[in-house]
Amino acid sequence: MKIKTLSDLNQIKKQSVEAAAKRDINHILTVNVHQGTCGAANGANEIYDVMVRQGETAHTHIIQTGCPGMCHNEPLISVTQPGSPPSVYGHVTPEKALAILDSHLKHHAPVAEWLINRNPTDIYMHQHRITLANCGVIDPERIEEYIALDGYFALAKVLLEMQPLDVINELKSSGLRGRGGGGFPTGQKWEFTHTAPGTQKYVVCNADEGDPGAFMDRSILEGDPHRLIEAMAIAGYAVGANQGYIYIRAEYPLALERLKKAIHQAQKTGLLGDNILGSGFTFHLDIRLGAGAFVCGEETALIHSIEGKRGEPRQRPPFPAASGLWGKPTLINNVETYANVPTIIRQGASWFSSIGTEKSKGTKVFALAGKIKNIGLIEVPMGTTLRTIIEDIGGGIPDGKRYKAAQTGGPSGGCIPTDMLDIAIDYDNLLAVGSMMGSGGLIVMDEDNCMVDIARFFLEFTQDESCGKCTPCRIGTKRMLEILDKITSGQGEADDIQQLESLATTIKSASICGLGQTAPNPVLSTLKYFRSEYEAHIYAKQCPAHACQNMLSYSIITDKCTGCSACARVCPNTAISGKAKEPYSIDQNLCVKCGMCMEKCKFDAIELL
Amino acid sequence: MPYIIDIEPEWSFAIDRIVAANTTPKEYQKPSQQSSSLIQILEQTQREIGYLPENVQAYLADKLNIPLSEIYGVTTFYSLFSTEPVGKHLISVCMGTACYVKGAGEIFAEFERRLNIKAGQTTEDRLFTLDACRCLGACGLAPVLTIDDQVYGRLTPSDVPDLLVPYGREASKKNKKIHILNTES
Ligand SMILES: Cc1cc2nc3c(=O)[nH]c(=O)nc-3n(C[C@H](O)[C@H](O)[C@H](O)COP(=O)(O)O)c2cc1C
Ligand code: FES
Repeated sequence: MKIKTLSDLNQIKKQSVEAAAKRDINHILTVNVHQGTCGAANGANEIYDVMVRQGETAHTHIIQTGCPGMCHNEPLISVTQPGSPPSVYGHVTPEKALAILDSHLKHHAPVAEWLINRNPTDIYMHQHRITLANCGVIDPERIEEYIALDGYFALAKVLLEMQPLDVINELKSSGLRGRGGGGFPTGQKWEFTHTAPGTQKYVVCNADEGDPGAFMDRSILEGDPHRLIEAMAIAGYAVGANQGYIYIRAEYPLALERLKKAIHQAQKTGLLGDNILGSGFTFHLDIRLGAGAFVCGEETALIHSIEGKRGEPRQRPPFPAASGLWGKPTLINNVETYANVPTIIRQGASWFSSIGTEKSKGTKVFALAGKIKNIGLIEVPMGTTLRTIIEDIGGGIPDGKRYKAAQTGGPSGGCIPTDMLDIAIDYDNLLAVGSMMGSGGLIVMDEDNCMVDIARFFLEFTQDESCGKCTPCRIGTKRMLEILDKITSGQGEADDIQQLESLATTIKSASICGLGQTAPNPVLSTLKYFRSEYEAHIYAKQCPAHACQNMLSYSIITDKCTGCSACARVCPNTAISGKAKEPYSIDQNLCVKCGMCMEKCKFDAIELL
Repeated sequence: MPYIIDIEPEWSFAIDRIVAANTTPKEYQKPSQQSSSLIQILEQTQREIGYLPENVQAYLADKLNIPLSEIYGVTTFYSLFSTEPVGKHLISVCMGTACYVKGAGEIFAEFERRLNIKAGQTTEDRLFTLDACRCLGACGLAPVLTIDDQVYGRLTPSDVPDLLVPYGREASKKNKKIHILNTES
């Protein structure tokens, strides 16, 4: 199959649409098995295999798709009967899957008790899926399915009807801003790269996704890889580049495999390569692997890494738009940023800018995780309140616990406390409260999480990932971490807070790259909103959340202990002893504070003080 | 001065194949692109051989015409690469934010205690290497870890001894059912 002209593209779309219509007429059941990384880890591949082996008939159409974003219910399948909305099932097993199929085929009815969307329209309530529109809907390994949903038509429109500057102007008026963290206006970045002198230019996609609790880019790569390819070709045309690179982390094997397949398909059909759609425009795309260094998500470090060097950042300016890969003008955008582009081109800038807030247009994808019921990937219009995300979409905090904070912006961001739940999330509001948008990790914490410990966690991360090139970041974060270690182990001293604040100021103002410039943020924001927790650690030598292991001691409540010996048997350090049927006791000198005794005790006879 | 690299023949064959698959003659000619696929080549080499000892780096330097110092610099910069041999089984505990807030730290500490090694180290019998990794993208099952290619989720520290059993560590008295989450190898 070669796609050489717009009418070839139309032909493919027509065929796919007709095939779908035919399935509807013949009452054929469509089953989507959601096989992203999370689904696969939960056994979705096995379900797919069993369904294809035993459930594939003339009346079923079973396809593998990406992640629909409802990770807490994995593994998931969606079953669509022609004429009705999909029925989504969670916690599926191979046996359940076959029973579900049976019910739909024989009785034309869903298995109500296993449905996770009792009300089919509810699953994406409050959400607006643009970049994730196809994730979980199409088979990412078949280019036709992407084309059937208007895929590559934006590229066709750009190549055949628009001048590069038209594309740039469209993006500028859409108001799209970078989704990789900084929020820089995308159209402007494209314009800089377009006007930079030079004939050899590059476009790069940042798929390094370094935030250690975020997985939205991965989901797009796994669920809808052609969207990225199309967008990068559009970018190539707009800025005048014939070569693109996707920088993806090696820890994402499935995304890598799907992306490779997609690139191969696009090349084979002619949507990548020479003279695309007869326009005379040539575009090649290659993959480069990241190898586990957070700093390589920073654009200048990323460039060094693509060049095969150590991924150390450098001072900016010059910005990559002027001098990037091999010193040539280079456009770098994030996966999610690119994923918006085809839809903006197809539906127009004014449609896009009607979504969101005044200065933040469109939607944002968040990886919602931590102490929240509905863990998953969500895409909401900019300006949605944190409360809507946590309570309505996220379903609130599990186990009847109380909300304490939400963390956004990963290691560069901050925590948002309870009294700010009504904040409308966009770039500027998040900055104003001392956090940032970041790439979209949104981790919810409850009363059991210690905020000093969380700050220490992030600082340990940045300290570990600091590339060591500049002193404030290399040494400064180390000193901050030492102080936090001291505080969380009960050795805090009176001037520690002041020390932290003064180190933070220096590191922020004197580091070379964004890693160091933002590394103190988690500490500053927790100091701002949870200062009393720091003070409790330092002055009262107490961890109010009972989370800092070194400040706790386990003891046995003699009244409740039945002498069953379960705790003594599980203790890894034989710190617990006693006589059968009499209360046991814990030797504090031997106790390593692992908490296993407390977990094992059936009588709630072990307490933590 | 010619430098003779002492390397196992099967390693050199593997490396030759990997280098050939990742470079086109055209790329050899363009100095700017020569080292561009270095990380890919190192990654594939490590996958084949298990780690990147000095003689492998030297062989690659020779093959790719890149200074050994540069290859060494790259190898030691990225956490994916290891210059030491690893144990038979790699335990990788997710220390992503979502797993951390759900207690991954305690699970990690329990592995350290049970195996008597610290992060990044290998047990004396070369059975286990313990490592922390960042978000595996399975936050819904937090806390999560992988042993080789198997993913385990929704764990507590008391699952640790049982987790080690299938990999050759003595069983504890009572075997509890562990959530095994994928059955592919
Ligand atoms: C330490 C650090 C890590 C970063 N990591 C990422 C990342 O993982 N993914 C990403 O898209 N951008 C990351 N960025 C932002 C990039 O430098 C760059 O701004 C972004 O790729 C530009 O794309 P955008 O304009 O589409 O957001 C990081 C920045 C810093 C300072
Ligand atoms: S943080 Fe552990 S899987 Fe995401």
